[in-house]
Amino acid sequence: MSQRGDLPTWVDVGLIPLLNLLLALAAASVVFLLINENPIECLGIMIKGAVGSLKGWSYLLYYATNFIFTGLCVAVAFHAGLFNIGGEGQAYFAGLGAAIVGLNLEFLPWPIVIPLSIIASVLFGAFWGLVPGYLQAKRGSHIVITTIMFNFIASSLMVYLINYWFRPIGKMAVESREVTGAYILSFREIARQFFDYKYPASPLNLTVFLAFFVAWAVWYFLWRTKLGYEIRAVGLNQDAAVYAGIKPQRIIMIAMAVSGGLAGLVAVNEVLGAQHRLLLEYVQGAGFVGIAVALMGRNHPIGIVLAAMLFGLLYQGGTELSFAKQHINRDMVVVIQGLIILFMGALENAFRPYLTALFFKADD
Amino acid sequence: MTPAIELIHIDKRFGAVHANKDVSLSIGQGSIHGIIGENGAGKSTLMSILFGFYAADSGEIKVRGKPIKIKSSSDAIAHGIGMVHQHFMLVDPFTVLENVVLGVEGGALIGPALTKARSELKRLAEEYEMDVEPDAIVGELPVGLQQRVEILKALYKGAEVLILDEPTGVLTPDEADHLFRILGTLRDQGKTVILITHKLREIMAITDHVSVMRRGEVVANLETKNTSVGELAEAMVGRSVLLHVEKSKASPGDVVLEVKNVTWRDRKNIARVDDVSFTVRRGEIVGIAGVSGNGQSELLDCIAGITTPSTGDIIFEGKSIGHLGDPRHLRQEGLAHVPEDRQHRGLITAFDASESAILGWQFEDELGKGFRLNRDLVIANCKKEMQDFDVRPSDPLLRSGKFSGGNQQKIILAREMSSNPDLLIVGQPTRGVDIGAIEFIHKRLIALRDQGKAILLVSVELDEIRSLSDRIIVMFAGRIMGERDANATERDIGLLMAGVQKDAA
Repeated sequence: MSQRGDLPTWVDVGLIPLLNLLLALAAASVVFLLINENPIECLGIMIKGAVGSLKGWSYLLYYATNFIFTGLCVAVAFHAGLFNIGGEGQAYFAGLGAAIVGLNLEFLPWPIVIPLSIIASVLFGAFWGLVPGYLQAKRGSHIVITTIMFNFIASSLMVYLINYWFRPIGKMAVESREVTGAYILSFREIARQFFDYKYPASPLNLTVFLAFFVAWAVWYFLWRTKLGYEIRAVGLNQDAAVYAGIKPQRIIMIAMAVSGGLAGLVAVNEVLGAQHRLLLEYVQGAGFVGIAVALMGRNHPIGIVLAAMLFGLLYQGGTELSFAKQHINRDMVVVIQGLIILFMGALENAFRPYLTALFFKADD
Repeated sequence: MTPAIELIHIDKRFGAVHANKDVSLSIGQGSIHGIIGENGAGKSTLMSILFGFYAADSGEIKVRGKPIKIKSSSDAIAHGIGMVHQHFMLVDPFTVLENVVLGVEGGALIGPALTKARSELKRLAEEYEMDVEPDAIVGELPVGLQQRVEILKALYKGAEVLILDEPTGVLTPDEADHLFRILGTLRDQGKTVILITHKLREIMAITDHVSVMRRGEVVANLETKNTSVGELAEAMVGRSVLLHVEKSKASPGDVVLEVKNVTWRDRKNIARVDDVSFTVRRGEIVGIAGVSGNGQSELLDCIAGITTPSTGDIIFEGKSIGHLGDPRHLRQEGLAHVPEDRQHRGLITAFDASESAILGWQFEDELGKGFRLNRDLVIANCKKEMQDFDVRPSDPLLRSGKFSGGNQQKIILAREMSSNPDLLIVGQPTRGVDIGAIEFIHKRLIALRDQGKAILLVSVELDEIRSLSDRIIVMFAGRIMGERDANATERDIGLLMAGVQKDAA
């Protein structure tokens, strides 16, 4: 006997998120009004800045690429019943793998270096996820605590390594030298070399295709493989999983490694694709945005891709807005993001009882 | 005389489910009124409305002739309605006294309430023959006494009408008898008792009136003395049911399972399974009887490989498996397991039926080569099993949790039986399952036995053990109290279940 009736699917995945988004924008409008700005004009600037030009789209997709990876990272762990807050650190640590391979094997041709660097990024990210996974499985150390702490460890470690290992002698900026072998990933570079076309300056690179492919791969992994089945079984009901002969400890470690590996792909987008070097704090919060993206995308790859693009839009639109309006800075965008997370995540079901009542009243 | 409770045209829907359809019921003062019905018949919903957990969509409730509104359980308590839930609402580390005053402390300081409760408790204990040590820690009391605390709690709050939801599920036959004596005393003192149960025997033994519910409606209101078990069962199901299982004599073959001196200790080093030995042969059903919590669950876990025995060994088809602790390996060897707790172990309620229908067997190549899980094959497998076991609705994509208890159990049985096991271990095959499905499940178990398979059955339902088993083993406090054949009397087994060993030296 269900406590409430089930709403049609289109309401569940279409109407409710849309209503929540509109409500978030309405709340954001109030904030704009409070600082004496016209909300419609501001939202217009944001949307036009993000999707009104090729350049806008390029930035949107570049941001979305990071968010897809970190969103999937959170989702895979979530399906195993784990709350991985360490995407930030895992992505940051993965930069080490990308840089070590990319910088040391640059004598090899790019079709070899780039795949190797990608693999190294994944492995380094996976390792940074596996250690908390191991501690959770074997020692019972809570994954939320350990992954948060591992963010700090990664942060300090990377500062040390970039400064003392990667920074070329005599250079002032705390960053590695350039990974020259990876320029080819950039859209601008491809357009110039192969099509003789001047693509607008943007950090967009081929990793965006990798992101879409990986989103599909994660869906396939979770819902069409035996291991994915076992991960979901452990996440939903550990007793039933044990009954089924699944070893939760093993699954927890595997899921955390996969999760960390997905976050590690951020290094491909940043270190190889966009910046072509290892920078301090290059992840810039994408790991944390991934939590919101996964929450909004309901831990499903399709939802995550859509949510990642929405956040990409907010990032790019927000930047444009802060250019266009003098007394609006990027913090305003953080406010809008916060409202969207609040209404679509935390208050996800705020409308549901009313809609349910409405639907079943109409039925009678 | 004005009835104690009148429910008039109560109607309640949960979305598409019509849980109570225009239910009218009148419960006489100073009587024991039974409400029976299958799972999902609407008895619990009706009582939840009376106790203020749900609001009825329409209808009226009268207490002693006066129409009242019950919006929460505190309203119900204020009108003298008390409820003893199936799962006790007690704070284990608190004393009896502290539990009794919970919710009626009456001030910032607990002292005065405790003093008052102590004398009140003493009076109640004398009046209703319900002796409980007020300073005992509730968590340390046996289940029967914990239930008594629940009843005292309701009486202390001034209950004139007491609702008991499936009160005997956790009790030994002896404890149940004692409970019935208490209920009898309560009635004699003028209290009204509403007893919700699906056990026909209890209805016959203790109630004055009985109402039968089916699919949200009250289909019969009867005087207990003018009815029979057969009539009630028919009213519940809507057709006559076979209460006794037809089965031929067993012809046991080779030993399939041998349990040798198995002991299992919990973390506190208490032996929950204590030096247990027995065998199960091909073509027989061995039943393990006992009140729940006497080591049966732990024993099943050891045999199924979910835990490993502390000492002793388990031999399955000539191979020692006691140390393995690997359910998957055992399944491959031909040991199938229907777990006791289907909601928490047998299936994953958030999975769709087709996914639950492969739980434990997900590694098989028939479901997809190598690492892949072929969705089409998974669904086809589920469709076949659903057809075979008459699961309704036969929709492999419906979430497992949406099926009724009986159909969930059928999904699990279909999964385990279709693997063609040499040994099937079954825990509580019909707990919370309606009569129609019980009949079906029992027939399938007998059929499996007749195919020459070995079955180990654990159940707290003595009737079930007695009608299915060829041999009966009784467990008490982790030990085997004795073994009986299928003809043993209920009283004989009941005594063993209570730990009384008649033939002990």
